[in-house]
Amino acid sequence: MRLPALLFVPAAVAVALLVLPVVGLLSRTDLRRLPELVSSPAAVDALWLSVRTSATATGLCLVVGVPLAVVLARGRLPGLRLLRATVLLPLVLPPVVGGLALLYLLGRNGFGGRLLEAALGIRLPFTTVAVVLAQTFVAMPFLVIGLEGALRTAGARYEAVAATLGARPFVVFRRVTVPLLLPSIGSGLVLTFARALGEFGATITFAGNFPGTTQTLPLLAYQLAQSDVDSSVAVSLLLVALALLVITLVRPRVIEGSP
Amino acid sequence: MTRLTLSVVLAVMMAAGCGSSPRQGADTVTVLAAASLTAAFDDMKTQFEKSHPGVTVKITYDGSAVLAQQIINGASADVFASADQATMSKVVAAGLTDSVPQVFARNRLEIVVWPTNPKNVVRLADLARPGVVVVTCAESVPCGAAIKKIEQSSRIAVHPVSQETAVTGVLSKVETGEADAGVVYVTDVNSAGGRVLGIPFPEADMAVNDYPIAVLKNTRRSTAAAQFVDFVQGVFGRQALDRVGFQTP
Repeated sequence: MRLPALLFVPAAVAVALLVLPVVGLLSRTDLRRLPELVSSPAAVDALWLSVRTSATATGLCLVVGVPLAVVLARGRLPGLRLLRATVLLPLVLPPVVGGLALLYLLGRNGFGGRLLEAALGIRLPFTTVAVVLAQTFVAMPFLVIGLEGALRTAGARYEAVAATLGARPFVVFRRVTVPLLLPSIGSGLVLTFARALGEFGATITFAGNFPGTTQTLPLLAYQLAQSDVDSSVAVSLLLVALALLVITLVRPRVIEGSP
Repeated sequence: MTRLTLSVVLAVMMAAGCGSSPRQGADTVTVLAAASLTAAFDDMKTQFEKSHPGVTVKITYDGSAVLAQQIINGASADVFASADQATMSKVVAAGLTDSVPQVFARNRLEIVVWPTNPKNVVRLADLARPGVVVVTCAESVPCGAAIKKIEQSSRIAVHPVSQETAVTGVLSKVETGEADAGVVYVTDVNSAGGRVLGIPFPEADMAVNDYPIAVLKNTRRSTAAAQFVDFVQGVFGRQALDRVGFQTP
């Protein structure tokens, strides 16, 4: 297919808008000091914590988000429209407010938090688990909404045929729905991971900021920006590099690799 | 259709562009001030505009470091009031001040707890007690640098569960009850009203923050800017600062 030439102008504007700020970031970086700045113990700790928590959050989104997307797209439940709107909430809420919401639910004085403490002796705020929860909260819609759209576009014909051939509901889900969805799940997971990686507001509100436990890369970048902008820029570049690595390495394979 | 879409897009962009460019009158003094000065400077703005007819004061509040960064990157402003000397020094070092910075206020730390003080915190050493969940500022922000200094001179080691990047972070953790105690400035305790209780501690004398103010180099309203700086240091300015808990020189 030949693309209409007119598309290239706005596309170039979009690319400029997306890429030039990163160029700006690069232009402010002292490249000679970069290795030293990004290999500081604080940066390495934050990087490692970011990777671990974002991966866990992405896994959590996969386990509960895929079923939710299927329910939203295929289910016939009352109040489904309301549910769909609720799923969008974390996208609209400022992350700091999302963090407060988590705090009011799972904090020491929230009813969920009291329950956890009384039943299991667990306190979530200021722990790495809180970081994962905050990331899952803000990142989940990216997976669910993408998958739901893909399910609707694909239609339910294959599933209906499988059912008429005698497949039980779970077999249909496992052998038909999931394989059809795989490319969308892949791209959804990349988006989810990227969003979790960049998460800042909900994390700092719900989990606080402590090196090694809750200080992820974005939190470290923000903290450094208060005093030492050069280090902050360096750490931000680390974040950019990590995100690019994940997106370029994983994305083409899962999306373009399968039909 | 495409032409229509394009012209709509252009029109919207132009409107947005025009709307966002600051249109400042001839007599608008733009002040960049540390967030902790909000209440006091809002007060002064009202009074200053009353006593200087025709002059409008526009104040932007943010973290001192953020504001200094904006000035260094070319933000157009007339006056800068910082929450510590170190941050002001950066602006001075960049050659962007027009007057010698003058200290107009001092702020000291206070322990902050829930209004009922459930853990019965009365002195700094109580923050080192096991079982007391403490939140402080990170060392890279002024309130964190101050507590670090106090820890070193008093030999009391506080082990915070979180190092917040702003005093507001510490306050909200105490207000919501997540932390039993925090360390913030007196003025922050006052601005939080009855939602928290402030506990003064003598070691706070070891790290008192000086707030300097200066007219900026590229000001086009040097007279009005200098008048505002004088006003901050004058009788009314001091009263406004005293009211929220600052000490004035």
